[in-house]
Amino acid sequence: MGVWPYLAAGWVLLVALYGLVTSRNLVHAIGCLAVAQSSTYLLLLAVGYRDGGTAPVYSDLVPGSRPVVDPVVQALALTDVVVGATVTALLLALTIQLRKRHRTVDPQALAGLKG
Amino acid sequence: MATEDLLPLAVAIPLLGSALLAVAGRRLPRLGCDVLATATAAAEVLCLAALWVRSPGIATARLGGWPDGLGIVLAADPVGAGCALLAAVLVLAALVYAWRYFDEPAGERAGIFPALLLLFEAGMVGFALTGDLFNAFVFFELMGAAAYALTGYRIEDPRPLQGALVFGIVTSFAAYCSLLGIGLLYARTGELNLARLGDRLAGHRTDTLTVVAFVLVATALLVKAAAVPFHFWLPDAHAVAPTPVCMLMSGVMVELGVYGTARLYWTVFAGPGGIPHEAFRSTFTAVGVLTALVGAVMCWQQRHLKRLLAFSTVGHVGLFLAGTAVLTPHGTAGTALYVAAHGLVKAALFGLTGVLLDRFGSVDEHGLYGRARGIRATGLLFAVGALALAGLPPFGTGLGKALVEEAAGHWQPWLPAVFVLVSAATGAAVLRAALRIFWGIGPEPQARPGEEEITGEGEEPELRSPERALPPTMLAVPGVLLVLGLVLGSLPSAATALARGAAVFTDPAAYRAAVVAGTTALPPAEEAGWTVPGVLLGLLSVGLAVLLALSAVLRRPEPRSRPRLAGRAVRGLRRLHSGHLGDYLAWLAVGIAVLCAAVAAQS
Repeated sequence: MGVWPYLAAGWVLLVALYGLVTSRNLVHAIGCLAVAQSSTYLLLLAVGYRDGGTAPVYSDLVPGSRPVVDPVVQALALTDVVVGATVTALLLALTIQLRKRHRTVDPQALAGLKG
Repeated sequence: MATEDLLPLAVAIPLLGSALLAVAGRRLPRLGCDVLATATAAAEVLCLAALWVRSPGIATARLGGWPDGLGIVLAADPVGAGCALLAAVLVLAALVYAWRYFDEPAGERAGIFPALLLLFEAGMVGFALTGDLFNAFVFFELMGAAAYALTGYRIEDPRPLQGALVFGIVTSFAAYCSLLGIGLLYARTGELNLARLGDRLAGHRTDTLTVVAFVLVATALLVKAAAVPFHFWLPDAHAVAPTPVCMLMSGVMVELGVYGTARLYWTVFAGPGGIPHEAFRSTFTAVGVLTALVGAVMCWQQRHLKRLLAFSTVGHVGLFLAGTAVLTPHGTAGTALYVAAHGLVKAALFGLTGVLLDRFGSVDEHGLYGRARGIRATGLLFAVGALALAGLPPFGTGLGKALVEEAAGHWQPWLPAVFVLVSAATGAAVLRAALRIFWGIGPEPQARPGEEEITGEGEEPELRSPERALPPTMLAVPGVLLVLGLVLGSLPSAATALARGAAVFTDPAAYRAAVVAGTTALPPAEEAGWTVPGVLLGLLSVGLAVLLALSAVLRRPEPRSRPRLAGRAVRGLRRLHSGHLGDYLAWLAVGIAVLCAAVAAQS
């Protein structure tokens, strides 16, 4: 696979950053945050990849008979998914409250805090 | 109970308490919730105090009984355990303070606020005690998620929601950057344990990957620490969060970012194959000084009291960063003491601001002019807090500042001047507000139309019945916190213990030996205490603060003229704090790029 997955991870992160900086809708911005997080999945899985490797499940595999991909990064990616789901849900809940009470989801319309 | 059992217990107690409260909170009466929450927080303080007393070196616990090199290790050295203890003390203080502060609506939401505070505590304690990089990321996010929810707790008002959303998105984005950095480090070394990471890095030379990984991991910590240009979320979140939450965020959460940066550097990157000491020292001193100056200037400009205190935290965090960046045991010992005492004093000041909010429904320095003459006791505590913030001997802030100044002065003779100026300016801003609000000294401040600022008037009072008397805990807690800050500076044993802790903290070999091999070899510690120049520098800061505050209060307002260069620069700086999410993230990207370039150029 070479260097491509790493470049792709960097690209996805930058795309998400562009989306966040220019966002006019909080739901879109939180989506962009999820995109930023996908770049971490991409990087972690690329780090653990082995050429010709298979899933590290030993129920039907004799240990040492075939190369397997690194299970540690997969565990990290799973934990990362859980963390991300929590944060996304919380931020979306705050956005819903904002929409309910103040009829806006545009981050640039929020001008209560400055200076 | 063995010392190593205390480590997992320290994380488990608040988690259990939080789960219990969330489940049982809606059935228990109000008093039951308070007792349960306070008992949990008190148990946590006892647990961490026992850990602090019983472990002069590094205590480790291997979670799940995994053999060496596989599982997650918790490791408590005196500085880490001290940070956790500070968090526990402040959580207990915030809980007792909040006993009657919120008259929460009963029913579904009962018990949620203390449950969230305990969850927040679990995140902070875990972050301070973990010896594993990925585990640190998880605790970082736990602490973050609890903090976002607590910031936006009062959903009736648009501004807390705005503050919480900006805080959440900026911090989470930075956390994902740091996860990318963790992935890169794992790719290079195949390790996640801090001590082993440092070991393995020694086999490689420093290249772009090391630098990028370091900067990415440090980004999340610097965002948490509110270093310029990553600091924009902090004043917005602090201005709107409930007062007990401000006490915790300013008092300890932000400082944990500094702790994390120093921990990361010393355990992973300080050796060969990491980041050269010179590169770290110059880069982070520059970041620290810039942060300190921006914080001090912005603090002086504010009239919204919570925002004023928030910017004073930014200024002090800059000083802490510069103090750890000196990279000596002395600098670290001084910073640790400074952080602890600052946390206590800042929490007390936020608590007293909460009294104003409770009594008058406002935290505006101008609008409250002379209105708080009736509550002189609060005013007196507020003024004492302001002087302690400036570094009045024998407060712990003064001793910590003196120790750091001495260590920093050995390296760069001009650094102590920055410490004196920034602590004086932030102390003066608080003192100025106290003189106007509680004594009505000087002419009444004039309205400044067209200024980019938030006033702090028309705040939603955090209570339902303004007729009731002030809950006694709301004055007692800040008082006790100030006394603790005083004790920290005047008991020589506190400074000596932290000096010993700093010697362990700045010795990666000792950390490695404890975590990897399970042996403890304590490096020799040096004494730390008051010196004559230290006392004089503290008095100088306080004198400057009093002069600045008096001159600001007594000055007659001049007829408006065209603002001079300095005025225009300050106005430009204030405009940068625009409140827009996009701007803040753009600054974050700029900060990462500049840090990468600066570190790469020197290594």
